[in-house]
Amino acid sequence: MQSRQGPPILQAFYDVAKLMGKDQMLSNRWQILCCWVYLVAAALAVGMFFARADLLLIFFVQAAGAVFLVMGALSVKSPYSQVGAQRELVQILTYEPLLILVFVGMYLVVGSFDVGDILAYQTPLLRKLPLMFIVLSYALTIKLRKSPFDFSTSHHGHQELVKGVMTEYSGPALGLIEMAHWYETVLILGVCSLFWATSWIWMAVLLVATYFAELVIDNTMARMTWRWMLKYVWSIGLALTFINFIWLHAG
Amino acid sequence: MFKKFIKNARAKSPWIMHFDCGSCNGCDIETLACLTPLYDVERFGIINVGNPKHADVLLVTGTVNHRNKAVLKNLYDQMPEPKAVVAIGACGLSGGVFRDCYNVVGGVDKVIPVDVYVPGCPAKPEAIIDGVVRALAKFEEKKAG
Ligand code: SF4
Repeated sequence: MQSRQGPPILQAFYDVAKLMGKDQMLSNRWQILCCWVYLVAAALAVGMFFARADLLLIFFVQAAGAVFLVMGALSVKSPYSQVGAQRELVQILTYEPLLILVFVGMYLVVGSFDVGDILAYQTPLLRKLPLMFIVLSYALTIKLRKSPFDFSTSHHGHQELVKGVMTEYSGPALGLIEMAHWYETVLILGVCSLFWATSWIWMAVLLVATYFAELVIDNTMARMTWRWMLKYVWSIGLALTFINFIWLHAG
Repeated sequence: MFKKFIKNARAKSPWIMHFDCGSCNGCDIETLACLTPLYDVERFGIINVGNPKHADVLLVTGTVNHRNKAVLKNLYDQMPEPKAVVAIGACGLSGGVFRDCYNVVGGVDKVIPVDVYVPGCPAKPEAIIDGVVRALAKFEEKKAG
C-alpha cells in the first residue's frame, strides 16, 4: 500500500485544466456568481496579504468568500449539496473564531494588526505564541478540508456525501473552486509564515514542516463527526489560547 | 497553447464513474480491483468519483434491463461534455448469458452511445485498464460542447 506510486505532482493542475475544458452544466445562475465571488475573495485576500494590509480586513474578505461557497451549495435543492453546505457552515464556525484568536495573539505581541508591522517585529512570534501556532494548525486542517475534518466534502467522492458542497458544481465552476482553494491554502500558509518572519530559511523550514505534517495527518486519520470537531477543536483551541495569553501576560 | 494544455490534461485526469447495471458482481469486482494499490490506476490520475457531474468516463457493467435503463440514461445525461462510455464484460456488450431473459434490453449501446467495448466474463483488470486508456484516446479528440 505504501509503496504504490500515486499520481504525478502536477495532478492538481491537470485536473483543473481538464475541468476548464468541460461544458458548463449548472442548476441555476446563482452558482456562477457564487463560485466567482469565492475565487475573487480568496485571490483578493492573498493579494492583500502580500500588500501587507490589515489582518482583520483580510480575514473578513476571506470569510465573505467562504460564505458565498456555502450559499452556492444551498441554492440547489440536492440533499447532498445541502448537507455539505450545513457541514461547511459548521466548519467555518469552528475555525473562524480560532483564526481571530490567533490574530489577537499577534496583536498582543506586536501591538498592531498590520502584516507589515508583524513582519518587522524582531523576535520570531513562535517563541511568544507557540500554542497559538498549534491553534492555527487546527484552523489550517479544517480550512484545507483534510481528515479528520473533511466532512463537508468527504475527500473521496464516492463516500456518504458524494462530494458535499461541491456536488452541484461541475466543469469550469468546479475548476474555479479548486483554484480558490489553492489561494486559501497560500493565505493560511502565509499566516503560518508570520510566526517565523525574522529569517527566510526558518520561515521556509516552518512552512514545509507544517505542510508535511498536514499531509501526514490527512493520510493517517479517519473522518470524525462535526460534533466531535466542534467539541474537541473549541475546547482544546480555547484552552491553548487561554494558557498562551496568560503566559504572555505574565512574561 | 492553452487549448493544447487542456487537451493533454484531459487524458491525464480522467475521473471515472462506475455504474452497475445489474451485473453478477464479477465485472464490478474486477473494475474496482483496478483502483486498488495492486493495479493503482490513480497514478494516471484516474479517480473513482460518485457524482456524474464530475465524471468524464462512465464505466458500465452488467446487462441493461427495463428497470435500470432510465437510470443509466439519466446518469449519462448528467455528465457534462466531453465524456466517454466504456461497456465492460459480455453482459455490458450484448446482455451476455442473460440476454434471453424477459426483462433484459441487451447491451449498454441500446440505451446510450458506447465508445469502447471491453469483452470478457468477467473482463480482466488489465483489459479494463486498456479499455479506459483507449477511451481516453477518443476522449482527448472530443471537443467541449
Ligand atoms: S460479463 Fe460475466 S462476470 Fe461480467 S457481469 Fe456478466 S456474467 Fe458477470
